[in-house]
Amino acid sequence: MSRIDVRKTYKLFIGGTFPRSESGRTYEVCDVDGHPLANAVRGSRKDVRDAVTAARKASAAWAAVTGYNRGQILYRVAEIMESRRSELIAEVTRADGKKGAEDQVDRAVDTWIWYAGWTDKTAQVMGGINPVAGPYFNITSPEPIGVVGIVAPQAPSLLGLVERLAPALCAGNAVVAIPSEVRPLVAISLAECLATSDVPHGVVNLITGLAGELVPALASHLDVDAIDVAGVAPDALTEVEVAAAENLKRIVRPEPRRSPHGVTAFMEMKTVWHPKGT
Amino acid sequence: MAVTTSDLEVVDRIGGAVDAVGAAQRAASLATRSIKREAKVQGLQLAVRCCDLTTLEGSDSPGKIRQLAAKAMRPSPADPAVPHVAALCIYPRWVALASELLRDSGVKVASVAGGFPSGQLPLDLRLREIEGAVADGADEIDIVIGRGAFLAGDDEGLFHEVTASKNAAGPAHLKVILETGELGSFDRVRRAALVAMAAGADTIKTSTGKISPAATLPTALVMAEAIRDFWDQTGRAVGLKVAGGIRSSKDALRYLVIVKETLGDDWLSPDRFRIGASSLLNDLLMQIDKQRTGLYSDPDRYTID
Repeated sequence: MSRIDVRKTYKLFIGGTFPRSESGRTYEVCDVDGHPLANAVRGSRKDVRDAVTAARKASAAWAAVTGYNRGQILYRVAEIMESRRSELIAEVTRADGKKGAEDQVDRAVDTWIWYAGWTDKTAQVMGGINPVAGPYFNITSPEPIGVVGIVAPQAPSLLGLVERLAPALCAGNAVVAIPSEVRPLVAISLAECLATSDVPHGVVNLITGLAGELVPALASHLDVDAIDVAGVAPDALTEVEVAAAENLKRIVRPEPRRSPHGVTAFMEMKTVWHPKGT
Repeated sequence: MAVTTSDLEVVDRIGGAVDAVGAAQRAASLATRSIKREAKVQGLQLAVRCCDLTTLEGSDSPGKIRQLAAKAMRPSPADPAVPHVAALCIYPRWVALASELLRDSGVKVASVAGGFPSGQLPLDLRLREIEGAVADGADEIDIVIGRGAFLAGDDEGLFHEVTASKNAAGPAHLKVILETGELGSFDRVRRAALVAMAAGADTIKTSTGKISPAATLPTALVMAEAIRDFWDQTGRAVGLKVAGGIRSSKDALRYLVIVKETLGDDWLSPDRFRIGASSLLNDLLMQIDKQRTGLYSDPDRYTID
């Protein structure tokens, strides 16, 4: 007897749940050859707002998690992705093509592990004790910036998102990310990995849809503290920067090489003075 | 004061049982109504005008009362289009201070009294608390009914305590809290509402905000229908106040829809409708700013108290 196909409905990821858009809209997503693949959710500005609310709610507790524990949780994301490796490869193959698909998934997993190692080392390596005139210790330490918006690159579909998401989470931020508009599906499978990895609900929120609609809402939201413009088209960048200036959002641009500077790009340096005893 | 049969007779004449499923369904269908743009701005501003800005904490201090009084008069200092709230709702010991701060501002001073929130004090002490608050300058008194007697079937006891409270409150506007979360059924909510209105309540109010569940949409609907039926029978218009757990602008707009659809436009004014809340006001201000600027706002931009 033949079975009826059980197909996956790709939805949003907000506050640890997988809702449809409040607008009820969808848009067609095609595979690399242009054949229709699925209907993805076409998120709205209100979905962005809901996601920011969820992220803000989650951010304080996530920032308070020790670096050591946060590293374990990010490592677990890698473990879960590894256990779903073949499925992720199949999805990346459909979205980006067979060439490099396997390598892309492996590198995405390794990216989590690389940043998992940095969670409890960023403060030592990137912070420090500053020499000052006077009997004081002057200590600088990086702290999470808060709620970060991420506009992921259009390609590669999985690695592009993971490379921006992992440093923001490593830094202890809560994130609202807009995955690739044309290749959004694997991002939702990534969300399933995150949802089962002890990443607290609301720390990562993913809104699929049209960048032209979602990015301005994210960039102008006054409760977002930084926005990563990795996936913003060059001709739209000025608009994003102007919107972000309203509440002095930090604009984060990806660097060509992976480094702890990519983590502190999502952090604020806090300095305290402490008297040296006698 | 002796209770006569004729006083309670109107309650039995109106009577009526509540279809609980129907009430929930009706409230849910009204809650789906979409209110956008200009109508939304008007609704949000109306909700601000109907707001009883409330602080009923053990930690209330003169500083907090001063801050909230300032906020009640000018909720959004940067935006003169935002009106002042209806009243500041506080414990009796702060009434003298608040009435001095709010003099001539248009913001009323509302005091809870009468053994709030349990209503379990002896009646004479409850009445003295009411008289004291009125003497200190309270424009409005929020009392809570003794649920124990009513739940034991003593409608006359409830009638008597509300009448006595009304007398003690004198010129002040008397709001009677039914604490619907402890009444157990919509039938009892309706009956308690009718008895309170027959006994002279100027406004009936859902909850103290101290227990859960507090205000819910179906409860507000049942109470609004009781007010409507009482108005039909007696011609006396009684106000409605919803309180407890109302934190979002969306909720506030839903209550406004229920009031409009059940009681009509005459009730869409602070004279006849109130929302008791503390954190709601900031959300209303955020949504008003969103409508004005087009930008989603940041809670940190609004004062906590």
